[in-house]
Amino acid sequence: MKDAWLIGAVVAVLAAVPLAVHSNVVLNFLVVTLMIALAGQGWNILGGYGGQYSFGHAAFFGTGAYVTAILQVRYGINAWLCFAAGIAAGAATGAIVGFLAFRAGLRSSYFALVTLAFAEVLRIVASVAPITGAGVGLLVPLDLRAQSFQFPSRAAFYLVILALVAIALMIAQTLERSRFGAWLIAVRENEDAAMALGVDAIAVKLGAMVISAAITAAAGGFYVQYFLFIDAPIAYGTWISVEALLTPIIGGVGTVFGPLVGALVVKSLGEGAKLVTGDVPGLDLMTYGAVLVLVIAFAPRGIVGVFADARAGVVRRLKPSENAVGEAARG
Amino acid sequence: MAEPLLSVENVSRRFGGLLALDAASLSAPAGRITALIGPNGAGKTTLFGVISGFLKPNAGKVRYGGEDVTGEPPYHLARRGIARTFQIVQPFAGLSVRENILVGAHLRHRARSSALAVADEVGRAVGLGDLLDRVASTLTVAARKRLELARALATEPKLLLLDEVLAGLNPSEIRDMLPVIRALCARGMAVLMIEHVMQAVMSLSEHVFVLAEGRIIAEGSPAQVAADPAVVEAYLGHGAAAKLKAAHVY
Amino acid sequence: MLSPLILITAVLNGLLAGAVYALVALGLTLIYGVLHIINFAHGALLSAALFAAFLAWQKLGLDPYAAAFLLAPAFFVLGYALQRFVIGPASRGDDRNMLLVTLGLAVLIENALLYAFRADTRTIELPYGFRTIDIGFTFLAVPRVTSFVAVFVVALALWLFMALTDTGKAIRAVAREKLGAELSGIDVSHVYAMTFGLGTACVAIAACLLIPTYYVNPSAGNAFVLIAFTIVVLGGMGSVPGALIGGLLIGVVESLGGFFFGESLGQLGIFLIFIVVLLVRPRGLFGASA
Repeated sequence: MKDAWLIGAVVAVLAAVPLAVHSNVVLNFLVVTLMIALAGQGWNILGGYGGQYSFGHAAFFGTGAYVTAILQVRYGINAWLCFAAGIAAGAATGAIVGFLAFRAGLRSSYFALVTLAFAEVLRIVASVAPITGAGVGLLVPLDLRAQSFQFPSRAAFYLVILALVAIALMIAQTLERSRFGAWLIAVRENEDAAMALGVDAIAVKLGAMVISAAITAAAGGFYVQYFLFIDAPIAYGTWISVEALLTPIIGGVGTVFGPLVGALVVKSLGEGAKLVTGDVPGLDLMTYGAVLVLVIAFAPRGIVGVFADARAGVVRRLKPSENAVGEAARG
Repeated sequence: MAEPLLSVENVSRRFGGLLALDAASLSAPAGRITALIGPNGAGKTTLFGVISGFLKPNAGKVRYGGEDVTGEPPYHLARRGIARTFQIVQPFAGLSVRENILVGAHLRHRARSSALAVADEVGRAVGLGDLLDRVASTLTVAARKRLELARALATEPKLLLLDEVLAGLNPSEIRDMLPVIRALCARGMAVLMIEHVMQAVMSLSEHVFVLAEGRIIAEGSPAQVAADPAVVEAYLGHGAAAKLKAAHVY
Repeated sequence: MLSPLILITAVLNGLLAGAVYALVALGLTLIYGVLHIINFAHGALLSAALFAAFLAWQKLGLDPYAAAFLLAPAFFVLGYALQRFVIGPASRGDDRNMLLVTLGLAVLIENALLYAFRADTRTIELPYGFRTIDIGFTFLAVPRVTSFVAVFVVALALWLFMALTDTGKAIRAVAREKLGAELSGIDVSHVYAMTFGLGTACVAIAACLLIPTYYVNPSAGNAFVLIAFTIVVLGGMGSVPGALIGGLLIGVVESLGGFFFGESLGQLGIFLIFIVVLLVRPRGLFGASA
């Protein structure tokens, strides 16, 4: 219960930011950061809680983005409906990829590879198919009205993405406290043991994949509405597959706030790197790569994990010998 | 007499060129402890794998509660009431003891609060009451064995498969575990245990099956089986029974 | 009207290209066979090797085939060091961690190249770059034929190394049964690092063979490596003959696919094969059961 209050508090604080900050540059940074946090929260459901590491989450981001864009641009459907359709399409893609991969029993390296392959296939198809605008991409016409999911002020976009992130946080929170979540975590820890306890591992992984894909697809749909442009390398490129996994890993896999913390840290590092060296391409991603290696080496449970460990360490130190003595006596 | 809860009929299982199980049959009635013994490599854990759905047999049937459940997946069998422990303990290492047992409890209890209550109760019943908050990876071997048992019990099984649950325990730990196991069939559970610790087999089980090289070579009460020359040979080698007899050992 | 001559030429070119794919895949499958991980940094290392070969040509005037003798040992050392001092310690043996660490290295290396060299594509010009050999019914490019031969020489050398030297035997021991090898006194982290080094050296040689007919930019290696993954999975993880045969096969598929359907769709065909193999027979043609 206290975690629900924490989500509320964090969201409230973040919602107040546009009152104090009026710089478009900063607001833009925050919007993009929250969008990445959303994509990362999606990955976190499958990878963090479920332990299935996808290297191709771009497949869902891009599908959400393209469906949102295509339905608007080619069929004139209302932008919010397109956004919802994008999420549904992302979820469906997740269901297909998950069904194929998990039924085939793919785990670990093989799973990472197959997700990578699916994302690549979609990227190639999108880069030549006429409906996606092929190499040129799709431009969404400017229509700065709320009913078209476009807003004249960045602050409005900021509040929308914040709302989406809040929903994702609550989904993670609910998952953690649910039976489905307990089963999912059990599958992550030891799939065979979980199955012996009555967990239908394939169904659970598939469910996680669908939720994960839907959330990341929402980030993709938002991207389209914010930037009003999408093409194959943006929609299905490795950049988003990497950032979607980087933020939860750095922030803390399998935690509610991990992706959000991770996104703030990663994006800040990226911006910091650019400030130091000017806008030379490559430096920000270089930093990401280095940080990923360092985090795995020294803090595999991420930033949130480090804090949780520190807190647990304090608690253990306050209740000293009891545990040690108890253990010796009971054996 | 009614059909026993578990009935394994002529199960065979091959791995490449190795015939691990050769038309093995056994049964385990409700409310009793049945033991499965045999020398190392006899195929006991393979048989458990078949019964619990982790392996499909090449031939033969597994009947449970009067129904043919051969080849059903493990989670299905768990829902029917078959629970097992693993020879090499498989805790959910990063989770606490309580969270470990919780996963088992969730099988029958959807709501977290009721599942937690069951988990606490089961944890206390096997003697882990003071360790409920400890992370599973920090437990001693004996505690992990109890955790393995607790998790399986939390699924409220009717048939419990125990795979060498006493292995690696020192004599006093074994002495502490025996009453816990004995209490299980008081609730009407059928227990089938693979065990090497003979004192446990003798004192706990009412019926014993002996598996050697994939075949059931003997069955009966513990005393009968212990006196069976074929069993002695299986453990001690060809001709051992005759030598022992000649030396008036039995 | 499709002349069989054109088809045969496409197949031959596919085989020639496939040989170099095979060499890249060889490095990857070697690493998988021993360390049991997919080295996601393989593509970035290939890009780095391409740049190294380019620089060797530009600054030192070295012909790529000569540069191979310099770069292979240099990249061997690089690969050894990466595994011994970065990947091994960082991942502490956990599968998932190794995936992430190699991915992190891939991102790091590729973007370091981007940062240092920008994204412009470079190529090199060689005097014999456009020369062809007349084999009677068609012409084949000299650099490609040389590469084909070179790949088989390297594969043979590797096979001899594995079969005859102590280190090679140690590598094979660790690949088959790590714990047993360790108990026999073999230094497993050294073997891991040697294997990684060998895999990286293969990549360096492949880069030198490629550079006369290929291009150089930070993401060049990536395009290659997905093909290499496909070959490794198709041929069987850890199988050297699988990598060779798979490479030739994929080379032909790409050539014919590109011929009939255009380049992008040719690539698509490869990935679809990849996905199908992963789903239907993950152990590929020659691999051990997963």
